[in-house]
Amino acid sequence: MMELYLDLHSPPCRSVFLFAKAVGIPFEFKLVELATGQQYSEEFGKVSLMRKVPVMKDGSFILTESVAILKYLVQKHSSSVADHWYPADLQQRARVNEYLSWQHMNLRTHGSKVFLLRALFPVIMGSEVPKEKMDAAVEDLNQSLKMLEDYFLQNKPFIIGDKISLADLVAVVEIMQPVATGLDVFEGHPKLISWRERVKKAFGEKLFDESHEVIMKVSSLPHKMQNNSELEMLKPKFQKIFS
Amino acid sequence: MALELYLDLFSQPCRSVYIFAKKNNIPFEFKTVSLMNGDQCGCEFQKINLIKKVPALRDGDFRLAESIAILLYLADKFKTPDFWYPADLQQRARVNEYLSWQHSAMRLHGCRIFWLRVLIPKGLGMEVPQDKLDAALEDLNNSLKLIEEKFIEDRPFIAGDNISLADLVAIVEIMQPVGAGLDVFDGRPKLSAWRDRVRAAIGTELFDEVHQNVLGAKDNVKLMDATTMAIFKPKIKLFM
Repeated sequence: MMELYLDLHSPPCRSVFLFAKAVGIPFEFKLVELATGQQYSEEFGKVSLMRKVPVMKDGSFILTESVAILKYLVQKHSSSVADHWYPADLQQRARVNEYLSWQHMNLRTHGSKVFLLRALFPVIMGSEVPKEKMDAAVEDLNQSLKMLEDYFLQNKPFIIGDKISLADLVAVVEIMQPVATGLDVFEGHPKLISWRERVKKAFGEKLFDESHEVIMKVSSLPHKMQNNSELEMLKPKFQKIFS
Repeated sequence: MALELYLDLFSQPCRSVYIFAKKNNIPFEFKTVSLMNGDQCGCEFQKINLIKKVPALRDGDFRLAESIAILLYLADKFKTPDFWYPADLQQRARVNEYLSWQHSAMRLHGCRIFWLRVLIPKGLGMEVPQDKLDAALEDLNNSLKLIEEKFIEDRPFIAGDNISLADLVAIVEIMQPVGAGLDVFDGRPKLSAWRDRVRAAIGTELFDEVHQNVLGAKDNVKLMDATTMAIFKPKIKLFM
């Protein structure tokens, strides 16, 4: 059976998890606990040199990068996966690819930064986040959300039009990251709220909430990390992001 | 109306799109967007691309941004040879894996080096702290190490025996730090051999023609005028 190495604290892991579950692709969930530095273990190193999640292992074929994994799953299960997830139509597919490409250094980067600053800065750096830094990160996130609304969604129900695709999936899991820290990023964006509800409905609320269960409990994360011997090893990596 | 490609060959993603279109004899109109002149901020260009970035494509009424999306669109529309984006499940996955990873790795670190070594000191006339330069170089070296050890490994090209979009996107990004005066191939025989194969597969004339501008950057980038500075200055925070 296909193995998915995941930690649902990670947005790219959630997109792969949600997709596989939604379209009924069976897999074995292999937990890689990021808070305790499991991605740096010798065992995980044998799976992936990249030391990141998600990772897919399909027989002897190992694949990293959630976007690549999602496209692999669509292609492999093309007979059972509905076309709208990654349309065969040239222009619609291009719209999905455009979003999947843009999001890496925009919504993903800025959503993650806000999350890390709010959830982990104090425990890593031993002090509160400087206001300037926090404001700048939130401003960047807002710019990305504006682009999502004004350019990618416009007046359509979903990014490609009438139906959900990989683009909406990848977008929503990234937005949920800062939301999990108690920051209501949807406030003031009624269009995004309606879109989010449509995406939730497309997956089924139960599945959507299930995949977001651990991240919504993020307030317990600093405590977990504090008590963990790997914290000293993880600190420099975070400090770089925070500088 | 012919397909239009809005490009500035100083930009790595523009180079990959240009090389791909030329190599595959895809007919297009080259629409120059001069980044140093701030063309990307102009009203005219915004009608083409709200994201205000190059490359951008216009095909009749259809507009598209993001080089990866453009490359995949061109490959599909013009039915380019299979090796560029193999139909084979696993080979295609290898290409997609690289194309995804590179955004926040090779591309980011290559860009940063170019900004820190050329655009900020020479274009903006600002000093760059040594510790920032050192950190950027370390990140770049880590990316190059992963390219050699994981993406190329022991294969001629990233996806196997033939060049693909992965190698094309990789090489144009690797050439950016070279344009900043950093010989990233020195001491990396595996990477050098791969580069030679990629350059030969693309065609040495096309490869060299496309990289002319950026290879002269170190010597040719001059202090920007006030208008251009105003466009570039806000971006410094991305890199410093």
